[in-house]
Amino acid sequence: MIKFIAKRLGSGLVVLFVVSALTFTLLYTSSGSIARNILGDQATPEQVALKEQELGLDQPLVTRYFAWLADALSGNLGASWFTSEPVASSLATRIPVTMTMVFTAMILIAICAALIGVAAAVKRGWVDRVVQVGAIVGDSIPGYVIGVFLVTLLAIQLGFFPATSTISPEVGPEAWVYSMTLPVIALLINGVTGGAQQIRSAVIKQLERDYVRTLRSRGIGEREILFKHVLRSAAPAGLTVLSLQLIGMLGGVVIIEQIFALPGMGPLAVTATGQSDLPVVMGVVMYTVVVVIVVNLLVDILNGWLNPKVRVS
Amino acid sequence: MSDSVETAAVTAVPAPATTGQSGTVVRSTVMRRLLRNPMGIASLVILGSIALLAVFAPVLAPFEENFANITKTLAPADPVNILGTDSAGRDTWSRLLFGAQLTLLSALLCAGVAIAIGLPAGLIAGYYAGKFEAVSNWVVSILMSLPGLIVLLTIRAAFGPSVWISMIAFGVLISPSYFRLTRTAVQSVRNELYVDAARVSGLSDWSIIARHIFSVVRAPIIIQTAAIAGVAIAIQSGLEFLGLGDPTKATWGVMLSEGFKNVYLTPTLLFWPALAMALTIGGLVLLGNAIRDALEDGEKIKHRKKRAAPEGAGASTTAASATARQPRKSAAAVDAGTEHHLVKVTNLGVGYPQADGSVKKVVDDVSFHVDRGEILGIVGESGSGKSQTAFSILGLLPDNARIVGGAIQFDGNYTVAPGDERVNQARLSKLRGKRISYIPQEPMSNLDPAFTIGYQLVTPMVRVLGISKEEARRRALKLLTDVGIANPERTFSAYPHEVSGGMAQRVLIAGAISCEPDLVIADEPTTALDVTVQADVLDLLRELQQRLNIGVVLVTHNFGVVADLCDRVVVMQNGRLVEEGSVRDILRNPKEQYTRTLLASMLEGKTPMSMLVSSQKEPVA
Repeated sequence: MIKFIAKRLGSGLVVLFVVSALTFTLLYTSSGSIARNILGDQATPEQVALKEQELGLDQPLVTRYFAWLADALSGNLGASWFTSEPVASSLATRIPVTMTMVFTAMILIAICAALIGVAAAVKRGWVDRVVQVGAIVGDSIPGYVIGVFLVTLLAIQLGFFPATSTISPEVGPEAWVYSMTLPVIALLINGVTGGAQQIRSAVIKQLERDYVRTLRSRGIGEREILFKHVLRSAAPAGLTVLSLQLIGMLGGVVIIEQIFALPGMGPLAVTATGQSDLPVVMGVVMYTVVVVIVVNLLVDILNGWLNPKVRVS
Repeated sequence: MSDSVETAAVTAVPAPATTGQSGTVVRSTVMRRLLRNPMGIASLVILGSIALLAVFAPVLAPFEENFANITKTLAPADPVNILGTDSAGRDTWSRLLFGAQLTLLSALLCAGVAIAIGLPAGLIAGYYAGKFEAVSNWVVSILMSLPGLIVLLTIRAAFGPSVWISMIAFGVLISPSYFRLTRTAVQSVRNELYVDAARVSGLSDWSIIARHIFSVVRAPIIIQTAAIAGVAIAIQSGLEFLGLGDPTKATWGVMLSEGFKNVYLTPTLLFWPALAMALTIGGLVLLGNAIRDALEDGEKIKHRKKRAAPEGAGASTTAASATARQPRKSAAAVDAGTEHHLVKVTNLGVGYPQADGSVKKVVDDVSFHVDRGEILGIVGESGSGKSQTAFSILGLLPDNARIVGGAIQFDGNYTVAPGDERVNQARLSKLRGKRISYIPQEPMSNLDPAFTIGYQLVTPMVRVLGISKEEARRRALKLLTDVGIANPERTFSAYPHEVSGGMAQRVLIAGAISCEPDLVIADEPTTALDVTVQADVLDLLRELQQRLNIGVVLVTHNFGVVADLCDRVVVMQNGRLVEEGSVRDILRNPKEQYTRTLLASMLEGKTPMSMLVSSQKEPVA
């Protein structure tokens, strides 16, 4: 098991390295004259050259990448070209807001999707039909459109919730939960509808397996078969569904934060993208990829624990 | 955002046999089924109208997409601006039409790029495997761990605002879904006999791919494209909603963001682009679902046919409501004089309700009995209803199966009383495992891969016999020795994937006799095993049956097994009972033509010429 984890961890680090190198190359080779963008059209060629030297843009790409990598490994992701704020520290205040939302939504999705999906697979009938229709509706309406309508309807028209959710520590837990409710709902609806449907298929697939019939023939009760055998075998598929949803949600949350004016990673990423503030963009990419790698590692470990075959090979 | 796409695609790969070589025939039936499905028609109408509106946007739109009438901002609908104007005085209807054009084109571009990368890569990886597959799998795992929108933000930061560049990038990012789909399909087809035949007959790899493999992946790719186009529209509009799109273009995302900015003044501005998006994406989702349903329908019907009578001669189709039911016997007392039979099946009928309201009978008017210490063989080819009969005794028919007639009694009590539509689970669940047990056909798939063999032997004994775990463990080790396993301790702690098929079948036999049942239902217990192991397992069954004096129902297609083991035999064909008698009589003096045909198709003890004796049936599998 330890060897298995070490292997997965190693491949995660390789992925991180490859993605950082690719992103760095992509960002720094294609975005025109960076210094001129920062200084504006009025700047003289001398000023531009000076700025380029200041940013280290006169060095070859490979040198710059390894300089960035060395800094990044010591926790320094550089500074924003426009605000001069260190990327690491501005992300440090914003990442917690984003991640609280993403993980709250993910936990709720996991619970709701599993309950609904299993109920649909076992009971069939109307629950099943609701899940099927729900999945089609959920797939048809992007999360941010749901968000926009939640704000318009519940916050602006009816005034049940605050329309924008600027969070400061002083407001207290109650107000905080209150302000997070709508964004989390907007994030989780697609996840629940899609997740429930896929967990349903995974459970049905297991219920139709031969060994379930054999367990029944051995006199094992339905409940024990469902909870001990079927759910355990369906869990890897469910976990994969959830981890893919989480990856999608790390992108979706950017738009949701923009809609609800939340001080998370999203607005920072959007502003930096619009201005081509490359160190910030690079930092955002790195943070999200790290989250994805950690989550994938956890899913792999859980799967290895659930399925002895994975553990052995 | 690519989450739902992935799994949808993998499950959408049809079994190769259903599509097979006759690609065009399949496509036309799928198309017809699609048009019969209201969901399919709705999606085609929605997508068709949106496509038409987009194509004719320059003609239909009263204004240029960026024409702004500064004197008429945020105007309500009127005859000139039929959906009103936005904050810059631009016509909402016109912008919606031009937006449709751009949105559909960008979705097509994205899907096109994804297909152009994913399809060939998947074909090569699936067909040739090797290093290319290993490398592509690694690339795929990286691409799949990148959040789509974050990548598009990076692309935007690097290349500036362009719908086309961002859609090409998203196409690259989402190409793994085509890759995996194609690879899986190709892998399953690669080793099919007809592909081997094509290879032997000298066709080049590429013409094999073109002819045989494209016909398999075509339908899943259409489903996948519908899903991907929807995701592409959602993500591209999201980017524009964030204000990172091309500001000179009218798009639904920009319109949504414009509406959101003016939500306090004119909330209707939000509604139109959101509706357009939901309709388009919804149409694509419905289309994908409808195509999948159309494909699965075909598969289901074929599957059912295979399980039922192959030529439909005996399996009559009756209307579900038309079958007059006998009033249910209240006391459920069995007929006098039959109590002593261990199992008695009387005029049993089993059927499956069909979509058109009829019931397809797979077992029709079958009667037989088994006594204690007796081995009854049920012989017939696949589709004869022999397994369905056995599962009715166990009460383990699939959920959609119905008892359409007759009764089953076990040890003097009905488990299916006359008039019952389903097996009496309350009664059978007390008998299963304890008094009736089951030996399955395929050893590997009948053990739960996640639990050790020991656990799977111990738990039923603890549950059924109420003994302690230690006691059950002792008995399990003894049972493993009894079924001829040399190192019971090691097998006990092994997982199913760590033992051989023959060993697993011995484990299943040990499980079946672990609670000392009176009746064992063995469903082709030796079919999946090597010939050398088969004889051992049959010897084992005979030895155990004699020692424990249990009744056995042995389902098989093999008269050799019957001759070796059984006391009496019933022959089934197309769901009906053809002949019944002692093994000696049936083997020496078969009365029915069908029994003779079955006997003639046996290899053992026959001269090669007799194999050529033709019959109206396919040879027994």
